[in-house]
Amino acid sequence: MPGSADQPLRVAIVGAGPSAFYAADHLLKQPGLTVEVDMFDRLPTPYGLVRFGVAPDHQKIKTVTHSFAEIAAHPRFRFYGCVEFGRDITLEEIRAHYHQVLFATGAQTDRHMGIPGEELRGSHPATSFVAWYNGHPDYRHCQFDLSQERAVVVGVGNVAIDVARILCLTAGELTASDMAPHAVEALSRSRIREVHVLGRRGPAQAAFSTPEIKEFGTLADVDVIMRPEEVALDPLSEAFVDSANDRGLCRKIELIQAYAAREPIGRARRVVFRFLVSPVELLDDGAGAVAGVRVVRNVLKASGSGSLAAEPTDDMETIPAGLVFRSVGYRGVALPGIPFHDRWGVILNERGRVIDPDSQAPVAGEYVTGWIKRGPSGVIGTNKPDSVETVTAMLEDATAGRTFTPTAPEVEAAEKLVRANQPRCLTFEDWQRLDALELEAGGRCGRPRVKFTSVDEMLAALGR
Amino acid sequence: MKMQSVLAAKGPRLVTVSPQTPIDDALKLLSEHNIGALIAVDEGRVPVGMLSERDIIRSLAAGRGVRERTVGDLMTRDVVTGSPEDDIEAVLQTMTSRHFRHLPIMDDGALVGMVSLGDLVKAQLNDYRGAVDTLETRLMTP
Repeated sequence: MPGSADQPLRVAIVGAGPSAFYAADHLLKQPGLTVEVDMFDRLPTPYGLVRFGVAPDHQKIKTVTHSFAEIAAHPRFRFYGCVEFGRDITLEEIRAHYHQVLFATGAQTDRHMGIPGEELRGSHPATSFVAWYNGHPDYRHCQFDLSQERAVVVGVGNVAIDVARILCLTAGELTASDMAPHAVEALSRSRIREVHVLGRRGPAQAAFSTPEIKEFGTLADVDVIMRPEEVALDPLSEAFVDSANDRGLCRKIELIQAYAAREPIGRARRVVFRFLVSPVELLDDGAGAVAGVRVVRNVLKASGSGSLAAEPTDDMETIPAGLVFRSVGYRGVALPGIPFHDRWGVILNERGRVIDPDSQAPVAGEYVTGWIKRGPSGVIGTNKPDSVETVTAMLEDATAGRTFTPTAPEVEAAEKLVRANQPRCLTFEDWQRLDALELEAGGRCGRPRVKFTSVDEMLAALGR
Repeated sequence: MKMQSVLAAKGPRLVTVSPQTPIDDALKLLSEHNIGALIAVDEGRVPVGMLSERDIIRSLAAGRGVRERTVGDLMTRDVVTGSPEDDIEAVLQTMTSRHFRHLPIMDDGALVGMVSLGDLVKAQLNDYRGAVDTLETRLMTP
């Protein structure tokens, strides 16, 4: 089997986010096995959602990149930025130069609400807004109408909470973050005064984590509004909480109920959390833009398996708003030539092995990890056990000889091919230079970092 | 966490039998696939029963001629099913309080998979490990 010093096990990883780095780490740390890892990303920069998803005012969470940089320093690790799978390197080319390929491409797109008016002007996926304020090169030209007074965020996951919080930050809080300069400028001029966050179920089922909701109480100029009648637990939720014996969940509910008991103190902005409501329609202002969100009140019903689901009542209301962000779930994007489970938005797999939908057997040499494997769930660290599981399958298969049979399994041959296909490709050293330049630029203006937001800017900074 | 995230990485393999399947064949399937339960389905692939190791043990203990019987004779007919949208925490609570270890999953009327208590415990453990790892990273940062 490949894996000796003379014949290393060569692995291509597509994607450079947390799950990709955790997998690379586990592969490179195998005792007695020589593995070469080449990591490809369609963007010039590594770290995926740590750079483009984690909120810019959550700098501590981003420190996980220090451990990723240590992994990248391994002599048998290479990073190729600006190299897109299917365009700059094909599956056939990977099969010719590597024994295995691991897809770690994440959940790049959002789910739709499936309601009338969703495509009106002023209605956006939260993912676009997040990518825009985080300086993702593909989203830097997006426009959001921040002259509106009221915005609605649909969903109560951590991304929805990030969006609501970012809309409520003061100019001082914005500049203390590493938000992209264009977004700091636009948000500093924002006229939004009220942000409504809509959850279809109750506080006991809300997906946001306790620290995220607690943080609202520490912001400089925001009143947090919750309705006592919406945060009181219904009998089903109460029974669940009583028997769950989950201190974390109890703390979260206590915190929510404490917010509901507070009176607003006249701060410049208000964030209004609503529970047990679902949007049924986005209303048109008559000129093709959003004027409001029609919502229905829900009650909770238990399914046979004990999970509580929202059921609509006849009770409707309208929340006037000119800006709507939907954050109701994420899904992966299909990759050329790789089987995809469209309904669930993931690559069909068995413990990380890609599965052929027709034969239902594993496809030799092809693997997945992270959100493209299990769907969007968990925090950054959840990807570590997930990647370990996939790497375990990869090593079992390599031992059993179930790999690609590359004709040119050499570093030099692969490098030559990648550079021929994409002359603009960046190395990890290039990224480290960009990283240093961004930190320097931040230091000059008292910010943690000032991001490059276009590929051309990055190449120019590297003198290319 | 939703059931879908467990199902997604479980693969599409699903071992089903019909209520008419002889117990001897069911035993072979359980052994061959190294699993603890089989879903009995009707002609439309709708679950009509579950045959678990416990059902077999119970019958063996009762001393009836188990190997001559069919899945339909031994299976539990009261089948609880779940959906990919179910919350893992709530389902875990139901499974432990009602003492069943396997849950067939229906998506839009179609049988799409089965999860075991072990699958859910593993998913929850990974979730906790991830949260601990992320919190440690935050705490270790000066």
